[in-house]
Amino acid sequence: MEEVWAALLRSVIFGTPILIAALGNLLNERAGVVNLGVEGMMAVGALAAFATAQTTGSGGLGVLAGVLAGGLFTLPHAFVAISLRANQFVSGLALAMLGLGLAGLLGKRFEGQPLLAPLPEMPFVYLGFGLAVALWAFLYLTHAGLVLRSVGENPAAADLLGIPVYRVRYWAVAAGGMFAGLAGAFLAVSYRSSWTEGMTNQLGWIAIALTIFVAWEPLRAVLGAYFFGLLYYLGFALQDSAIPSVFLQALPYALVIVVLALVAWRRRQGAAPEALGLPYERGRR
Amino acid sequence: MRLEYLPSPSPWRQAAAVALAILAALGVAGLVFWAYGVPPLTAYATLLRGTLADPNGWAEVLRRAIPLILVGAGLSLAFRAQFYNIGAEGQIAIGATAAAGVALFWPIEAPWMLPTMFLAGFLAGAAYALVAALLRAGLGVNEILTTLMLNYIAYYLVQYLVQGPWRGRSLFGFAFTDPFPPQAVLPTLPGTLVHWPTLVLGVLLALLLQFLLSRTTLGFRLRVVGANPQAARYVGIPVGPTLLVAALITGGLAGLAGVGEVASIHKKLLDSSNITLGYGFSAIIVAYLARGQPAWAILTAFLMAVLFAGGDVLKVAFQMPFRVMDVFSGLFLLFLIASDFFAQHRVRWGR
Repeated sequence: MEEVWAALLRSVIFGTPILIAALGNLLNERAGVVNLGVEGMMAVGALAAFATAQTTGSGGLGVLAGVLAGGLFTLPHAFVAISLRANQFVSGLALAMLGLGLAGLLGKRFEGQPLLAPLPEMPFVYLGFGLAVALWAFLYLTHAGLVLRSVGENPAAADLLGIPVYRVRYWAVAAGGMFAGLAGAFLAVSYRSSWTEGMTNQLGWIAIALTIFVAWEPLRAVLGAYFFGLLYYLGFALQDSAIPSVFLQALPYALVIVVLALVAWRRRQGAAPEALGLPYERGRR
Repeated sequence: MRLEYLPSPSPWRQAAAVALAILAALGVAGLVFWAYGVPPLTAYATLLRGTLADPNGWAEVLRRAIPLILVGAGLSLAFRAQFYNIGAEGQIAIGATAAAGVALFWPIEAPWMLPTMFLAGFLAGAAYALVAALLRAGLGVNEILTTLMLNYIAYYLVQYLVQGPWRGRSLFGFAFTDPFPPQAVLPTLPGTLVHWPTLVLGVLLALLLQFLLSRTTLGFRLRVVGANPQAARYVGIPVGPTLLVAALITGGLAGLAGVGEVASIHKKLLDSSNITLGYGFSAIIVAYLARGQPAWAILTAFLMAVLFAGGDVLKVAFQMPFRVMDVFSGLFLLFLIASDFFAQHRVRWGR
């Protein structure tokens, strides 16, 4: 029994970066902006966090740096996708490549260096859970949340009511980046407490798929993220079993495809924000 | 200041916007090199000296251009039909795997071995892209996520094969297959790794796709489905099947690229990240620069190939990690899509 609890705990811990990144992505998608750059934002956040924690000796400052770096790094995407009304999917993809490239290049000098004072994991688990509840409350109980959702559902109507559509979208995208940066920071200064190239390990892409899977609902994202955490844990724990480990390692990616197909088949994407992925231009229908 | 929309900007204006985007991307990449500790001008001088100013460098550029032409031409066509195939990496790997299967386990005589391998690679790559296309056409599942996930699944499939059932008997301790028999190896230009049959195939197919796109009914359908799916449906064009054809072509060409790489450079199947090397992602920029014209991809593939070979030079000269190519790719893509806006809008000062 104790082993089961320990396994579940590891799953929850591993699900936490997925959860935090997915919550951020959920936030910008609720405002109508797709950002496929999550993987790159996480990598940049992780590097900023590790570099800061390494030089200042403070894990807390590292986390702060990761959050800020993640938020700032989204600005090129926000400008291109919101102000220039370009294809959001392509722009986000570019951000993912750039983030992985930047972090890989600039992080090389930190490769193999230990972190003297890594942060404990559990506070991040509570934080992830708390953020999910807070995001739910923000979206459904506050006026600002209503404003954000209206921008994602019908930007033209929101604009008529005097809501600054572009400003709301910029903030939503920046906030999404801050969440992704926090997820990366958790990996760098707590979970792995080291910097390795490619340590975000495609979790950012899983987070994007998870957003669709949980129908843009923050509380459902908690369960979904822990479920993917369990899959990763199994891939790790069953390494020496009869099942070849590559199958278990490929399982999360296969599951993403199955899940996307199931969601599309059952709901025909009815839960998506109406204006998701569509650039808004004032005065045009 | 206000913006004025230009419905049909002149070709000069578009070319100038692309040129500025490339310069801006190279400029920002220079800043990244500077942050890494290499002066930008030193980096670019080294890059040019190791590629275009050196006969061996030219051979390297040409070798890199081969998969980029094949994948880039296929992606140009797919993007015209608005099928965003991000899964070329996986399709290259699957194509390479199919070719390796033929080469290792099917004793075919000399003249027919290589054509069979290319055919198998094309079919495998096409079938792999079809998975995402069927989900998109049938259920409306976003193909960007599915093709990307299929990349990782292909990677682990190859890992399984080279570590397990296909692992070579002649080399111990390595995750390789046995080497291909001699009739399954492509000829190269003497002293280089330029497997010219694949290069010829790539150029011919790029021209063929251009003809298909601009002169045939199928090409017309692809263009209409991409430009306006509602209109396509209204005039009776079968949108779903047209998307499937686009996916088959783009996946098939990526599969061919995989065959060319394993049949010449590696002569065996190995860890697929060593085969694909990011060609599938860089080909996205090749296609974007080619503006959806497959023939242009011959030219733009060459440009990306210079960066690819140059990235290798930078890796050796300044111990840069392989991610340097992602910096180039990300910046190019970002500045190129931003440049579209400035090609289509004129900035007017005053009222």
